[in-house]
Amino acid sequence: MQTQTEIKLTAKDFVTDQEIRWCPGCGDYSILKQVQTVMPELGLKREEIVFISGIGCSSRFPYYMETFGMHSIHGRATAIASGLKATRPELSVWIVTGDGDALSIGGNHFIHLLRRNFDVNILLFNNEIYGLTKGQYSPTSPVGKVAKSTPMGSLDHPFNPLALSIGAEATFVARSMDRDPVHMREMLKRAHQHKGTSMLEIYQNCNVFNDGAFEVFTEKGTKKMNTLFVEQGKPLVFGENGSKGIILDGLKPTVVDIADVSANDLWIHDEADQVKATVLVRFFNHPSDENPLPRPFGVFYKEDRICYEDALQAQIAEAITIKGKGDLDELIAGRNTWTI
Amino acid sequence: MSATTKIKTDVVILFAGDSGDGIQLTGSQFTATSAMYGNDISTFPNFPAEIRAPQGTTAGVSGFQVHFGSVEVFTAGDTCDVLVVMNAAALKANLNQLKPGGIIIANIDGFDAKNLKLAKFPTDVNPLRDGSLAKYDVHEIDVTKITRTALSASGLGTKEMDRSKNMFVLGYIYWMYNRSLDNTIDFLKLKFKKRPDLVEANINVLKAGYNYGDTIETPMNRFEVKPAPVAKGVYRSITGNQAAALALVAAAQKSGLTLFYGTYPITPASDILHELSKHKNFDIKTFQAEDEIAAITSAIGASFGGSLGVTASSGPGIALKGEAIGLALMLELPLVILNVQRGGPSTGLPTKTEQADLLQALYGRNGESPVPVIAAYSPSDCFDTTFEACRLALEFMTPVFFLSDGYIANGSEPWKFPKAKELPDLTVSFAKNILKEGEKFLPYKRNAKLAREWAIPGTKGLEHRVGGIEKENETGNISYDPHNHEFMVKTRQAKVDNIADYIPLQTIDNGNAKGKLLILGWGSTYGSIKTAVKSAIADGYDVSHAHVKYLNPLPKNLGDILKSFDKILIPEINNGQLIKVIRDKYLIDAKGLNKIQGMPFTSAEINEKIIEMLSEN
Repeated sequence: MQTQTEIKLTAKDFVTDQEIRWCPGCGDYSILKQVQTVMPELGLKREEIVFISGIGCSSRFPYYMETFGMHSIHGRATAIASGLKATRPELSVWIVTGDGDALSIGGNHFIHLLRRNFDVNILLFNNEIYGLTKGQYSPTSPVGKVAKSTPMGSLDHPFNPLALSIGAEATFVARSMDRDPVHMREMLKRAHQHKGTSMLEIYQNCNVFNDGAFEVFTEKGTKKMNTLFVEQGKPLVFGENGSKGIILDGLKPTVVDIADVSANDLWIHDEADQVKATVLVRFFNHPSDENPLPRPFGVFYKEDRICYEDALQAQIAEAITIKGKGDLDELIAGRNTWTI
Repeated sequence: MSATTKIKTDVVILFAGDSGDGIQLTGSQFTATSAMYGNDISTFPNFPAEIRAPQGTTAGVSGFQVHFGSVEVFTAGDTCDVLVVMNAAALKANLNQLKPGGIIIANIDGFDAKNLKLAKFPTDVNPLRDGSLAKYDVHEIDVTKITRTALSASGLGTKEMDRSKNMFVLGYIYWMYNRSLDNTIDFLKLKFKKRPDLVEANINVLKAGYNYGDTIETPMNRFEVKPAPVAKGVYRSITGNQAAALALVAAAQKSGLTLFYGTYPITPASDILHELSKHKNFDIKTFQAEDEIAAITSAIGASFGGSLGVTASSGPGIALKGEAIGLALMLELPLVILNVQRGGPSTGLPTKTEQADLLQALYGRNGESPVPVIAAYSPSDCFDTTFEACRLALEFMTPVFFLSDGYIANGSEPWKFPKAKELPDLTVSFAKNILKEGEKFLPYKRNAKLAREWAIPGTKGLEHRVGGIEKENETGNISYDPHNHEFMVKTRQAKVDNIADYIPLQTIDNGNAKGKLLILGWGSTYGSIKTAVKSAIADGYDVSHAHVKYLNPLPKNLGDILKSFDKILIPEINNGQLIKVIRDKYLIDAKGLNKIQGMPFTSAEINEKIIEMLSEN
């Protein structure tokens, strides 16, 4: 019998027989395609992979992946994945969630997963809207968002998902977009490689209820001026022909013309620097703001910290070393018995 | 020494004091010693929700009632023979529990002006001085003073000295009931392993209490309660929560699965977590989640991966878990949900007992969502019943509710514990890939018990998706087909209903199989009903007792049993819940006896009702 390692898997091997039910033109299609494309490159067996989702458009994802999967309940994929990973550390666990699922109803589990640092990957499809419930504003919608539930504009100040992640002690924080397949595949691989909870936010267009929410970042005409793709050890440079750069004036990031500064003065990206990452994820301007900072993409922060499941296993091993493997009869009898 | 010794068949002692007085420890030490001596025993700890409730007030009184006998005892006792009070508030709060002529042991230091005021006695009224206790036998002892004297050379500060007061009282009670100090001395040595000075101090005070009884000049009675004629064997003392925890470990060992226990701290269920977390050398994974929902969903994740997923809580937490229980039911994964009930609704009475979550367990979810429900009836029965909940979950691929409550969870009794090898084998077999070329795995294909296979990640060729959306029969694919939905609802119901074929038939606990009156109980009311029915039968009344453990599905013969009696009485610590189910299912005019005071029934309350019902025409 052939083993899967002998057969080279392809993207097609990750396609299921289920008809995809997303709206035509949805950004989710691109994400699904990139995930299916990247999977064979990760060196995993299909049966070792589990996709877990909550509720929402993005959460239909597991049905379309020929792996183990669970389409659970709203907001809880992160907690379900925690229990699975705690007991089956060898599995590759992927959480597919959205801005409403992860940051509203599932906000609590989201932050606690990050601080515990289970070795799982979160793919947060952010479209700044509730799609499946047909167009209410979400916790990432900008203030004033006119939606079904907010005809006069929303009052809520939005979350900055990545600043929230760093605040919640995440060990891997990255951002990509549905319209940049090459970058997304790279980010998916990086997320997989990171040992710990990898938080990857993916800007995803909902062409039905929130079309064009990210178009200044994703479309040809405006992308270069408004986005910043960071790479480890490289200066923060963006704009047409890389004409703009970022310098840190104290703790204040400032856009400069490359021509005006020495290359040494530019901010050099360092994924291990939590303080700089904290500043970087705070690049959250809208291009219409005064002196906007570009929206960054890439891996902003990466830290090696023990994973919960490993610490748990170590504690069990320690208990066995100290007390010996548990004996059920001794346990049931306890310390004080008497005979009649 | 002027004491004479009287023989008693059973005695109830109620220890009461400030919640910081070490009452629970004193009570449990007396319990352990008496159990080891061979008495049959039942206990009832009763304490306020606050850890250090306002000192000296009746709201802050902590109690520990222990009933021990040379005969079988089934409850912690309706009223007490001895009331130990560390202060005026403890007397005020508990005097109504004391039998006429009973003994009061009072720490007079707790009856000073300040304590009397805190206990809200009128100015210048001291119950120890005004003759109001004349019908009792009052032993006044200045426990504080004697304790300090006994420890004058110990080098301890006054505060630390005063903490040993409870040992004086315990020593005195040991003297009164002719008990050996050895068990408590061993306990103290272990407890204060790192503080030899405290070991010595506590032992000194314990002995001082004992010697006080021996040397006091007043004529006093000592009592003897001989060992009970219980079945031969090896025993230990156990609380319901300990028993539940041990059963989970046992079920994991007997099934060969890893135990994953996802939970969030809540009274009165937290002790199960405390117990389990001590036994990590059994490869147990305890997980203190961020909330009740994560507690259950993490357990569902663990079950999906092939572990024995368990979650526990009390009513308010169970309410939060409702949606996830529905998910487990749809996923058809094994999951054990322990509900240690407390007074409700909302936060209710966290430290008090109630049986008011039965309907929540049976029906408290959206949609048609049948879940097997079983209930323990005593502290040690929490072992068997929790183990049984695990068996049902694994055998039928379903979430299962285990119900206990604050009374039996914190109460203790002697337990003739089983040997590991005597416990049923729970070995499970995960789905294997035996698919032929081109054949698709059908995750929702069922066996004769209507259970689906447990196909866990890591099994090559069995990759599949499950979810909370209605699924097509066999394939598990999303389906909105109307007939499929009806079929699936009926199938999930049939799966749970059919469990009735795999559980024991209902038995009559006491009395005849047919007759005038059947007392039908469930859960922690067992001891009170048992005692009441036993005494009514002895008095010549035609009454029987059946106690239901399997609440969903109900035993197949229960209807026949009910129809064999002229009258049915269902006593419950709630406003009438099992009675609704029984009336609905069997169309029987059952009567209820309901108590909703956060306290168990006394057997007298049930006995009275038996006589009343049998005196009616």
